[in-house]
Amino acid sequence: MLRFLFNRALQSVIALWVIVTLTFFMVRFVPGGPFTAEKAVTPEIEANLKAHYGLDKPMHVQYLSYLGKVLQGDLGPSFKYASRTVNEIIGEKFPTSVQLGLCSLAVALSIGVPLGVLAAVKRNTWADYLASTVGMLGISIPTFVVGPLAVLFFAIHLGWFNASGWFEPRDRVLPSLVLGFAYAAPILRLTRGGMLEVLGQDFIRTARAKGASETRVVLKHGLRGGLLPVISFLGPATAGILTGSFVIESIFQIPGVGREFVSSATNRDYTLVLGTVILYASLIMALNLLSDVVNVWLNPKLRLET
Amino acid sequence: MQIVRRLPLLIMALAACLAGQLSAQPKILNVGNGAEPQDLDPQVITGVPEHHLMIALNEGLIGMAKDGAHTEGALAERWTISEDGRVYTFFLRKEAKWSNGDPLTAHDFVRSYQRLLTATLAADYSYMLFVVKGAEDYLRGKLADFSQTGFQALDDHTLEITLSKRTPFFINSLTHYSWYPVHIPTIEKHGGLKRKGSPWTRPENIVTNGPFRLKEWIPNKIITVERNPHYWDAKTVLLDGINFFPIELTDTEERMFRAGQLDITNEIPPAKIAVYQKRSPELIKIDPYCGVYFYRINVTRKPLDDKRVRKALALAIDRELLVKMVSRGGQLPAYSIVPPGVADYTPKYRLEGTVEDAKRLLAEAGYPNGKGFPRVELLYNTLETHRALAEAIQQMWKKNLGVEIGLVNQEWKVYLDSQKMSNFQIQRAGWIGDYVDPHVFLDLWETGNRNNNTLWGNPKYDALLEKSLDAKDDEERYAIYQEMEGILIDELPVLPIYFYTRPRLQSTRLINYRTTFLDNYPWKYVDLKQ
Repeated sequence: MLRFLFNRALQSVIALWVIVTLTFFMVRFVPGGPFTAEKAVTPEIEANLKAHYGLDKPMHVQYLSYLGKVLQGDLGPSFKYASRTVNEIIGEKFPTSVQLGLCSLAVALSIGVPLGVLAAVKRNTWADYLASTVGMLGISIPTFVVGPLAVLFFAIHLGWFNASGWFEPRDRVLPSLVLGFAYAAPILRLTRGGMLEVLGQDFIRTARAKGASETRVVLKHGLRGGLLPVISFLGPATAGILTGSFVIESIFQIPGVGREFVSSATNRDYTLVLGTVILYASLIMALNLLSDVVNVWLNPKLRLET
Repeated sequence: MQIVRRLPLLIMALAACLAGQLSAQPKILNVGNGAEPQDLDPQVITGVPEHHLMIALNEGLIGMAKDGAHTEGALAERWTISEDGRVYTFFLRKEAKWSNGDPLTAHDFVRSYQRLLTATLAADYSYMLFVVKGAEDYLRGKLADFSQTGFQALDDHTLEITLSKRTPFFINSLTHYSWYPVHIPTIEKHGGLKRKGSPWTRPENIVTNGPFRLKEWIPNKIITVERNPHYWDAKTVLLDGINFFPIELTDTEERMFRAGQLDITNEIPPAKIAVYQKRSPELIKIDPYCGVYFYRINVTRKPLDDKRVRKALALAIDRELLVKMVSRGGQLPAYSIVPPGVADYTPKYRLEGTVEDAKRLLAEAGYPNGKGFPRVELLYNTLETHRALAEAIQQMWKKNLGVEIGLVNQEWKVYLDSQKMSNFQIQRAGWIGDYVDPHVFLDLWETGNRNNNTLWGNPKYDALLEKSLDAKDDEERYAIYQEMEGILIDELPVLPIYFYTRPRLQSTRLINYRTTFLDNYPWKYVDLKQ
């Protein structure tokens, strides 16, 4: 297990370095720079701006200097927000995204897993069809449709919540529900599929033959194997959910990392693009590793392979 | 029994208490403010959302008056202008103070302008000061001694500014935030004067001089300002504070307005304008905005190098239909370059002609009914309204002239790169004035101007522009501008489409709020019904 962890950590570091390097050069080759604006500035101003941010140096010097700083934990200054550093921006925004992400994850799991189990257990009954319909709706209706509809009904029509913002505790409810619902749908489908596969296996039949109650069969014997596909999915999904969703953060006016992730690319804010990419990539790798570990722990076959 | 007798008295006392409590409620205005500001340093920022914040936090020599149409003395109590129109002497208000209580003096202005012209600060708007003697040379390093420039503090309360030319629009240009003073000791304490981007603008550090002072700034969430007790005109300020919400999605903003979270929106989704006009006309305000939407033409590319082709394209556009059916924000169809009503200037030359004239001109250029017209592309940046306009105009050109124009869509920064390199044939564009004067819309088209990008130039036009700065009065100057517009309308390096408006939603609780031509109404005059 230790060797497995060490190998995966090494792979992650190499992958991260490749991602940072590719992103570093790709953002610089995209037309339009951080200081390209509608109103032209004098050549002196342009030259001074480049000098201030070190963009006047050869590309390889910029790259090595950036890597050196990143290794010391310094992600550099933001090019768009003159007085802020990337560390500060991510430090301010990430906790908000984590709050939103954890609430949404809780919503997603508490809807997706029980409904998925119910659909599998009551296969081809109205309960299965109803749960599957919920899953289809969650997958096929995008958050930019569900979000505004939820605001119109619950905030404007009923007046239960604010339309947008991130000030009071109740401001967490609608965005978490909308984002959670979007992730609940694939969790429901994966749970249903996983459970159906497990419930058809010999050891389940044996358990039933030994007289185990249906609840015990499903929850103790079935869930352990049935949730394996969900756990694999949860690695990247949790990373996505934690780094926020641009759409949800824009609709609900949430100051999270998701908005920075997209707007930094459109602003050509090179350092902020790289900072958010590093955060996103690190999270995906860490959470994938975690889901692999949980998978190994739950699945004896995988344990033997490692 | 005694209690019953005293009941009315008790009720009255209770009512008085409640009324007292109600009147003690702070008056806080909630404003949708578009994008998150780049910074709160008036010498570093460039955008419109920042401008709204600047006029709450800072003040310059000249400000906008309560009527929203004229300028008035702000930190300058009065001023004199020398006979040759080059030397302006400003007499500052002796009671003017910074938000930390420090006195505000003429030396603060001089040191602020020196900072703005410091090359390493790389301030985009430093060119606004180039009208002053020696300013450009100082920035470019040709002049080392700042005391040799036209900025002089004659004493603590007298500031003298000497211009290189007469520049009749100088006073109007002073309303722009690039002319605001900054608190030098604070900047020195937090990173120095030569450095761009330092934490001096954080709520815990910032010192300003406007009607409000910064209370809270949570990026992408809220910027809160509160009354500045040291402001020289604090008695005029009616609001207790303003919350500025950075909201980029107009739909989100509109929903927040409907839920009562906002009193003023920055914009309104175009599709909702007609709905509000029909159902709640009292909530929607459409005001003129000092800008023109136009199509820029690269005059070096065939067949657009022929002015007859450009004119044919210009005449084949039905502007009335465009503003009524496509843009739908109450915009005015544009037949000239300078928007109507800019500093009382009225364009004399207008784009005139019928579709038949357009067909005739195109035939004269060698393309009867569009036959043989080469492939031409129209470039626009990704935005629904630009796409809709481009498609409508594409159809008008096809129907009226028989020419096929291709549409090319580019992401904003890619589009700007194409513009900068003049890498386009026809490009949609817009220009909003930094100050209210026709000069802003005409100096753009000077040969080699970095914002021209059409590669068009005309020596007569350039000479007239130069001459306009030496004009004795506005009458003489405007006559020159009219002549210049005549050249533009004849040669059409740009095709004017419409003049901008500023549609927005406003709560009926608002008192005294109106937009100015530049959309920078002074917050100190605004009030809120309780």
